[in-house]
Amino acid sequence: MEWEVVIGLETHTQLQTNTKIFSGAPIKYGAEPNTQACEVSLALPGVLPVLNKQAVHCAIKFGLAINADIAPRSIFARKNYFYPDLPKGYQISQFELPVVGKGAVTIQVPAVGNKPGYSKIINITRAHLEEDAGKSVHGAVSGMSGIDLNRAGTPLLEIVTEPDMRSAAEAVAYAKQLHELVQWIDICDGNMQEGSFRCDVNVSVRQKGTEKLGTRREIKNLNSFKFMQQAIEYETRWQIETLEDGGSIHQATVLFNPDTGETRAMRSKEEANDYRYFPDPDLLPLVITEDDKARVRADMPELPEAMKARFEAEYALSSYDTSALTSSRALAAYFVAVTNAGADAKQAANWVTGNVTAKLNLEDKTIDEVAVTAAALAQLLQRISDGTISNNAAKEVFEAMWAGEGSADEIIATKGLKQMSDSGAVEAIIDTVLAANTAMVDEYKAGKEKAFNALVGQIMKASKGKANPAQVNDLLKKKLTA
Amino acid sequence: MINSSLKQLGDMLQAKKISSVELTQSFLSRITQYNPSINAYITLDHSKTLAQAAAADARIAAGNAAPLTGIPIAQKDIFCAKGWRTTCGSKMLANFIAPYDAHVITQFDQAGAVNLGKTNMDEFAMGSSNETSYFGGVKNPWDFNRVPGGSSGGSAAAVAARLCAAATGTDTGGSIRQPASLCGLTGLKPTYGVASRFGMIAFASSLDQAGPMAKSAEDCALMMNVMAGFDERDSTSLNRESEDYTRELNQPTSARPLAGLKIGLPKEFFAAGLDGGVASVIEAAIAQYKQLGALIVDISLPNTGLSIPVYYVLAPAEASSNLSRYDGVRYGHRAAEYSDLNDMYCKSRAEGFGAEVKRRILIGTYVLSAGYYDAYYLKAQQIRRLIAQDFVEAFKHCDVIMGPAAPSTAFKAGEKVDDPVTMYLQDIYTISTNLAGLPGMSLPAGFAASDDGKALPVGLQIIGNYFDEARMLNIAHQYQQVTDWHTRMPDLNLV
Repeated sequence: MEWEVVIGLETHTQLQTNTKIFSGAPIKYGAEPNTQACEVSLALPGVLPVLNKQAVHCAIKFGLAINADIAPRSIFARKNYFYPDLPKGYQISQFELPVVGKGAVTIQVPAVGNKPGYSKIINITRAHLEEDAGKSVHGAVSGMSGIDLNRAGTPLLEIVTEPDMRSAAEAVAYAKQLHELVQWIDICDGNMQEGSFRCDVNVSVRQKGTEKLGTRREIKNLNSFKFMQQAIEYETRWQIETLEDGGSIHQATVLFNPDTGETRAMRSKEEANDYRYFPDPDLLPLVITEDDKARVRADMPELPEAMKARFEAEYALSSYDTSALTSSRALAAYFVAVTNAGADAKQAANWVTGNVTAKLNLEDKTIDEVAVTAAALAQLLQRISDGTISNNAAKEVFEAMWAGEGSADEIIATKGLKQMSDSGAVEAIIDTVLAANTAMVDEYKAGKEKAFNALVGQIMKASKGKANPAQVNDLLKKKLTA
Repeated sequence: MINSSLKQLGDMLQAKKISSVELTQSFLSRITQYNPSINAYITLDHSKTLAQAAAADARIAAGNAAPLTGIPIAQKDIFCAKGWRTTCGSKMLANFIAPYDAHVITQFDQAGAVNLGKTNMDEFAMGSSNETSYFGGVKNPWDFNRVPGGSSGGSAAAVAARLCAAATGTDTGGSIRQPASLCGLTGLKPTYGVASRFGMIAFASSLDQAGPMAKSAEDCALMMNVMAGFDERDSTSLNRESEDYTRELNQPTSARPLAGLKIGLPKEFFAAGLDGGVASVIEAAIAQYKQLGALIVDISLPNTGLSIPVYYVLAPAEASSNLSRYDGVRYGHRAAEYSDLNDMYCKSRAEGFGAEVKRRILIGTYVLSAGYYDAYYLKAQQIRRLIAQDFVEAFKHCDVIMGPAAPSTAFKAGEKVDDPVTMYLQDIYTISTNLAGLPGMSLPAGFAASDDGKALPVGLQIIGNYFDEARMLNIAHQYQQVTDWHTRMPDLNLV
């Protein structure tokens, strides 16, 4: 029988605000324990929450970015449970009425082998504002556990999808797309290692063609896309094997162990808390007006979809190119800067999505750390267009530029990579080669086309690669037919 | 002097007839003399108090005194005051020194008032007799065998016994008005949102409201000028222009200063359950109001009977969550020995909380539980709106509502402590205003004889429309111009 995996994601994105969601305490990652905790973070008797407007601004921004319904009135609720890192004994979250309602994200699933890539719409169920908990610190003091409340009260937007994904690749594509989007609209720094972007993945399997969802297990806190892929693949195999062996799946929270590549149940949901949600009486309903939305809209950068469409129209680029170029706001800006500096758009697109991206990937860098400025790259591309250097030579120049050896012109000069543009010099080389290869000339004249290419090769070799191949072609043809 | 009004004390201080240090010391020596038997205060700190008095004297000397500068005020031990032990009447916080000031405390500090000490109260403000306090019950100054009411019992007893010039209280279901009634003083619970709750230890957040407890309506008005006002640290604090609560207090210019005032008498407030002696006092007070020119209108608040059941769903629900922070992890009581985390939670909370607090945490946890939420919490919220609607209807026919503040005079200590449901009925006339968010006050209206022959104070309740505090205070003030119940004080050497 054929199995189908069904995946939904819950992503906690830490919002980029100056202070915590319900207090004026600062948020600095990595600070000394409990130095970013005011009386509200510590949940002293008598303290009260006050909603951070910046966090609301971020939530509206996200809602607009995914074309979602933004609730004109949403409610903060208390999620009650006891845990040492939860100082109030409840987390302020949103339950029945979240700030962001239904929306959608379009993902690009890359090609794998001979299976072509495709795009797919992933529906967003909701996104709600909530506060983060603190951290338990084990081992700092012997025999005791410490509590660090620096993170307690950090603003989060929890983004929940419908169970729309059908493979680990789709889930990862969604997570990457979302990761890019929240950075694009400046609501999250996207730092997965520091926990600014955390994904919980709900995985279930069912027989293909059936409607009913299988029992799901939730994989918690995956802090890289690689681990997400591995965890989902392992979990999917495990669930299928369990069912095929006659077992059953129990709802559970599981953790992924990157060392073994396995998932393991942390706690079963039966032991889970009854969270006793109820509206937080300390906070008024969050009211968002059309004016509020208009203000946020005015502050929104051009979204990737819009930019992609504009690039297609403005630069006559393919959908493939524009998707790649708009994979991040910084990459798109780099591309625009290269064209603005005078490079041809198609050529710039090829280089930015090709050589530049490859180099960044190789060195595990982001576009912000690119070693060749947009203006410098534009100069290099112009040297290809104006025939100064060949494409092959350009790659060599680019490597040197990346290594900091100078501008394109400087490197072309020092390395002597300039193409011969003087037709007299090229003709002299052609004449020498033809004189030395009369047999080949005869073969060509006898109708052997291959001989022509062989001659071109000889000429290029004799020119030490500096001859312009197109020019060589032209001149050689003229000479052989003369 | 101990019987002087806040205005008289202010005048004496500013005329330098007396210093704040002298005034404060005279109250402190009364406290030293009487508090051991009354137990109105949980925490006293003479050096802090006298330092504030000395600072007030300097401020007066510098000529920038405010009306309450230098006047000793007792603070209910529910308000966090920096450097002061703040217990909320609980073993859980018996050693908690507040590291910050409640908004109300800041306001009094800025006014130059002197913090005389922290008053006793029912544990976490849960109680109507002050008997749930970890620090022991409070004696009613009119009869030491009786309770002062609660939860602001310490503040009520302190004002009644003249162990302070005035005090603060908080009122979640009647905790200012019922003890004011039982101790013979004037107390006001403002409209919800008028006084900031920041730093006021939460019992039931949607109902809690701070207010003054003092000898007269005029004193309450001066206290309100300090306590009321917008505070951005409390999201439920109302952003309104500040007002002068004394502005409507005027000297009567005729025998009928309240001519045209329509007083609504809800029939539900005079039904079975009301003590006969209390009823007579209230009727006499209403007659007095008629003489002042008021018109009497019969009204109905049909859902009054539901107010107690609704309250005992909503208040415990909020309390069960509000009190979750007392877990022994960061501050407050932690059990000495425990086997693991869960055991630490269980033991710390079992030891730190008293029976009434536990009872309400259990009720609250139950009504919020999956499967019960709709039937209890949600239903109670719906009825809460009906109760508020009753008042909207009533105020179409009258300007203010009057009735008793409590169904009886002060009862004997121990009498109701084992019968929570009877105890809860103490708040039958006060709870509905908390549920509606309306202002309510109690003022002394006379005395009723107890079965053992003691004359015990009776409070008249005035309920006003939203933000009508200044008008209510004047309505009480006019009554106090023609009566002297509010000036009566118990003879502490006789009780």
